[in-house]
Amino acid sequence: MAWMNGAQAVVKVLTDQGVDRVFGLPGGAVLSLYDALRSSSIAHTLVRHEAAAAHAASGYARATGKVGVCIATSGPGATNLLTGIATANMDSVPLVAITGQVPSRLIGRDVFQEVDMTGAAAPFAKHVMQARSAAALPRMMKEALHIAATGRPGAVVVDIPSDVAADEANMDFSQGPQLPGYRPVFGGHPLQIKRIRSALAQARRPLILAGGGVVSAGAWEPLRALAENLGAPVALTMMGLGAFPASHPLCLGLTGMHGARRAMQALAQADLVLVAGARLGDRGRVEHTLRPGTVLIHMDADPAEIGKTLRTDIPVVGDIGAILQALLDKPAPPRSPWAFPGPERSEHPAARLMERLASLLPPETIVTTDVGQHQLWAARYLPIERPRSFITSGGLGTMGYGLPAAIGASLGTGQPALVITGDGSFQMHLPELATLAASGAQVKLLLLDNGSLGLVRELQDEHQGGRHFGVSLAGNPDFCALAQAYGLAARSASMEDLESLRWLTGQQGCALLRLTVPRELDAQSIQEV
Amino acid sequence: MRHTLSVVVVNSPGVLTRVSGLFARRGYNIESLTVSATQRSDISRMTIVVEGDPAVLEQMVKQLNKLIDVIKVWDITDTALSRELALIKVACGAAVRSQLLEICRVYRASIVDLSPEYMILQITGTSQKVDALEDLLEDYGIVELVRTGSVALERGANRRMQL
Repeated sequence: MAWMNGAQAVVKVLTDQGVDRVFGLPGGAVLSLYDALRSSSIAHTLVRHEAAAAHAASGYARATGKVGVCIATSGPGATNLLTGIATANMDSVPLVAITGQVPSRLIGRDVFQEVDMTGAAAPFAKHVMQARSAAALPRMMKEALHIAATGRPGAVVVDIPSDVAADEANMDFSQGPQLPGYRPVFGGHPLQIKRIRSALAQARRPLILAGGGVVSAGAWEPLRALAENLGAPVALTMMGLGAFPASHPLCLGLTGMHGARRAMQALAQADLVLVAGARLGDRGRVEHTLRPGTVLIHMDADPAEIGKTLRTDIPVVGDIGAILQALLDKPAPPRSPWAFPGPERSEHPAARLMERLASLLPPETIVTTDVGQHQLWAARYLPIERPRSFITSGGLGTMGYGLPAAIGASLGTGQPALVITGDGSFQMHLPELATLAASGAQVKLLLLDNGSLGLVRELQDEHQGGRHFGVSLAGNPDFCALAQAYGLAARSASMEDLESLRWLTGQQGCALLRLTVPRELDAQSIQEV
Repeated sequence: MRHTLSVVVVNSPGVLTRVSGLFARRGYNIESLTVSATQRSDISRMTIVVEGDPAVLEQMVKQLNKLIDVIKVWDITDTALSRELALIKVACGAAVRSQLLEICRVYRASIVDLSPEYMILQITGTSQKVDALEDLLEDYGIVELVRTGSVALERGANRRMQL
């Protein structure tokens, strides 16, 4: 037991649980919390907009595997966080968002900077909670961190009224989480494992589809061992990029409407598909590609994802690493790979650009992207070799994610990060260049500038008969001058000038390379396999 | 098909919003929802009557189970007895009063209020029984009507609350 105020108890739990950095922007309702942070060992990164605090915490979490923590004040601070909370939750990122709230006695009176944050965030957070007393905070914070990090990871909101944060109490830190309704399954059911084993033994053209669940479970080693044992090629969802090395002979690359054709062809040819930690989302196009009669095995930490979009022959719920390991415990005799479609060369200018970029980047670089054509080009053509090294907003598709996520990723790992962005997305969180300048993060930006909202323009070509509207970004600033104003080195070149990438990767500090991209260059979705 | 779900939840603020919000967001149809205290002060129990095919029902149960405050969900459609209570106010002029009394007797409804012009009937039973009485009384002019929605409990030795 220890006598302290609620805010100090929050900071103590964070410290005890290994949180070494938070991202936030203070205000009147989190003064006690900031005072407690000030005298703690936890580093604080001040952002310029709260959504960026959530994105930075998300980038931190995805690069390190730890829980990301962000803080905002009540009212507009909290509502600004919402997009970041939804973004993290859609991509199953462990995130704890701490929001200030007006004093308990004033809740419900529509006082200055009051919003119902738990009500607002509940539909797209894994869980939301509001502290009612200071003494409840130690256990509540432990529960928040536990829920965020375990099972299918996700975003948890802890709303703390300012009086609760300021109140002193004799705090009990001995109690662990008490959540009778929360019991994530860890080991896969032995019977289902047995069924999978016999299905795999009968399959002639097995294929593994790996998603973000492999990354969040840290299951890339058993995935690789199983793929090699089965001779099964591995296709990846956008969230799964990095779960299996791009250079591996069994790697098929990205699936989905903007994926590699060979990955989709292999899916169509497979007689068994083992889905590991992927939710078979609409953009993955798996349901339209599988042949009737293909045996579908679905392993996921979240039972609700199994059977949601596709009928599953063998479902198994649990930690992906534990399930894969159980399959490996009694390995079948190694098999040689079946004749799945071989590598293809793309002549797309973005392919040449991404391949060149990959050859120049230091291997420890973490790549983040924004959302648009540049994202699809990076996901499709950039060879991703390591888990946790490609960070993108896959589920929600949140423009503006890339820069703050890169700051969080770089600060969390001490490694350099590269943001691949577009001129539309970049302007969503432009002021975070100041956060970058002050943070000490090593971030470079590759800005692909086509003067338009290119992916929307492409959609207007496909679906609106080429009637473009609202997609020209006329009025764009001089991005290089702007970056320089924030203290970055900056240079402009054309997309064909692949040598300019050497300038970017050779810069010592933060830098921006703007490449002009022809407006008519498409991301080119796959219409048919 | 109509299903009765029994949902045991942690008695926390906002739990009703979360459950009802889930149904709204995912487009599931609720026929009725009741929530009440149980013998344990920290736990509440909801009885939710829903309409949906097996695939939709499976998702409903899984999504409910995903809520941190939901401790257990059971589909008790085939094993439970369910009851609903309704209060029905009907016009009861002298000409029809004796007929209404006869209906009450047959349905084992009770008269809980009687004034010169109106009476309030109280009926307890399955939803079907309440529906039937409601149909019958329509001819006499239902002025106002409230129904509680179903509460349901399994017969016999099942003791679900031993969590």
